[in-house]
Amino acid sequence: MAATGRVAAEKKGSGETRLSGKFVWKRDYYAGGLMVLLGVGAAVTGSGYKFGSLARMGPGFMPVALGIVLAFLGVLIAGTALGSSEPDDKKFMPDNPQWFGWFCLLAGPVLFIVLGEYGGMIPAVFACVFVSALGDKTGTYKSSFILACGVTVFGVLLFHYFLNIPFPLLRGVNL
Amino acid sequence: MISTALTDLWSGFGVALEPHNLMYCFLGVLVGNLVGVLPGMGPVATISILLPLTFGMHPVPAILMLSGVYYGSQYGGAICSILLNLPCHPPHAVTCLDGFPLTKQGKGGTALGITVIAAFVGASWGITEMIFLAPFLVKMALEFGPTEVCSLMLVGLIAGSTLAKGSPLKGIAMTVFGLLLGIVGSDIETGQPRFTFGITELFDGIEIVALALGMFGIAEFMNSINNTEAVDMKYANVGISDMFPSAADLKKSFPPMIRGTILGSLCALIPGTGPTIASFVSYATEKKISKTPERFGHGAIEGVACPEASTHSSVQGDFIPTMSLGIPGDTVMALLLGALIIHGIVPGPQLISQHADIFWGLIASFWIGNILLVILNVPMIGLWVKLLSIPYRYLYPSAMFFVCIGVYAAGNDMFQVGETLVIGVVGYILLRLDFHPAPILLGFVLGPRFEENFRRSLLISRGDLMTFIERPISAFFLFICVVLIGAQIYVWLRPKAAKDEKPIEAQIPATSYSGLAE
Repeated sequence: MAATGRVAAEKKGSGETRLSGKFVWKRDYYAGGLMVLLGVGAAVTGSGYKFGSLARMGPGFMPVALGIVLAFLGVLIAGTALGSSEPDDKKFMPDNPQWFGWFCLLAGPVLFIVLGEYGGMIPAVFACVFVSALGDKTGTYKSSFILACGVTVFGVLLFHYFLNIPFPLLRGVNL
Repeated sequence: MISTALTDLWSGFGVALEPHNLMYCFLGVLVGNLVGVLPGMGPVATISILLPLTFGMHPVPAILMLSGVYYGSQYGGAICSILLNLPCHPPHAVTCLDGFPLTKQGKGGTALGITVIAAFVGASWGITEMIFLAPFLVKMALEFGPTEVCSLMLVGLIAGSTLAKGSPLKGIAMTVFGLLLGIVGSDIETGQPRFTFGITELFDGIEIVALALGMFGIAEFMNSINNTEAVDMKYANVGISDMFPSAADLKKSFPPMIRGTILGSLCALIPGTGPTIASFVSYATEKKISKTPERFGHGAIEGVACPEASTHSSVQGDFIPTMSLGIPGDTVMALLLGALIIHGIVPGPQLISQHADIFWGLIASFWIGNILLVILNVPMIGLWVKLLSIPYRYLYPSAMFFVCIGVYAAGNDMFQVGETLVIGVVGYILLRLDFHPAPILLGFVLGPRFEENFRRSLLISRGDLMTFIERPISAFFLFICVVLIGAQIYVWLRPKAAKDEKPIEAQIPATSYSGLAE
């Protein structure tokens, strides 16, 4: 049923078939390749565990079996992309990569871990929200600061005083 | 059997109406409604954040609350589609087609009113179906041995991966990837650590909360950061007095509501076809049987009533296979199943008899929750509409905080936060390669139980794989698997003739939200 929409979308694509003999990179080659890599990796790692027999399976049986299946699926994914003549107009990278946005977004949890481990909940929450908010194009230091303050106050009230999460507000300081 | 079901339901109301449980049920639907309204937030991420906070609670209020988030978010999801033309919640994407034209004609309030009525009708039927069908299914399932359970899980896994959106091949690949992720940790029988790479924190396996929040939280934020358009609130001024539909509208939308409800409840019974598919199928059906199909897409009230009723009936029906058989149909159900396991409850056919308070309390709380939601949505519509105007730049950093603290609270361990971060980046890469992460969670939750049952059934049969075909019920399930795969191959090989009409999916306005939060 869901397939009807997908098939219709494929139909739309096949209308503009290009029959150039040139080899074009498609995202599905990466997709298939990644699955082969993961599958082979799982199977190789899994073969280090005891395999056992069908009647008495060891811990290595499932990892190896699933790894082989995944690698096979990867080959199929890449293979069907090779066979289809549809151009793949979507690139792996989005049209406007948000390097700064991603950096800020990922820096948030990293700071949360570091400051949470050594500083406590208040600095961790503040830094996490402040830095991730900076990732937005329209975000300024001021707006991020206000948001971070608000979320910190709310977070401390909710998680520390109401839900009693074992996470000291400031390590070394008894609040 | 019907009378026992009704007595059990009566005792369920006793459980659900306990003040403590009632409060958590209310909290659940309130939070659900809230995240349902907010674009870019969804039930999966919300349930994952709330899950660690329920660890200290009794399982009954915990499950009541987490389920409340799911069906509560469905009430909120339609507001976004109808007033802003923003299909950020997949089950309500199709409602945009007729809901937004109605809003432009100044009838947005009527559309919302009809939505609430349709939701209640759909949900009521879904719950009724669960009351009578679940005990019946359980009676059948109690005869299942490990062989049958194994084959049934295979049906769930294959249906969940091939019927979801995107390429079925990639769906199956993601299921297998999920099964592999489920293997991480110590082997249950021998204690051998697998795929842990010497990291002691991984010996207990990957934390389900970390997996869900990485895939459906961080990956989603990476996808939508600086990528969301400003919402257009031009038409979004609706008050409570606009909500009451005229008698003519009500009369026009009643038959579609019933049709949608029935279609939705049928979709709920097929594993893997959740509310999203139900809403698309029912919209297409309604358009096909309508005497005036040309009105669809230009503000036909039937085009709002039918898919909405279908979504809600399917949402409630979704709980049937999860609660009675232990086979989740979609991501949210996989997560709820994970929640049950964390609370020490073994999912499966024995759940209803061993934990009658959870099962019947849950059903009773559905009624109460849906009534609460109707009350919440009609007088408070103005508040929900205001929430729509919160810009994404305030939403995602706050959500990031909830993700971090939620994962931390799961084990009071910073390692889990790092795990979430890594899973989030992997999830974003998979997303860019057109892999949909929903089947990963399905495979992850079912994986350990699948392996256990697979091992056990082959131990019983002394290594004879034929046991899966020789036992009739198991053979029947395997036959369904073959049919599912065969249907996909057929669709793929079928000559691709040109179609004169645009498919419904192509008519829906594009959205920058990846729609992960299904």
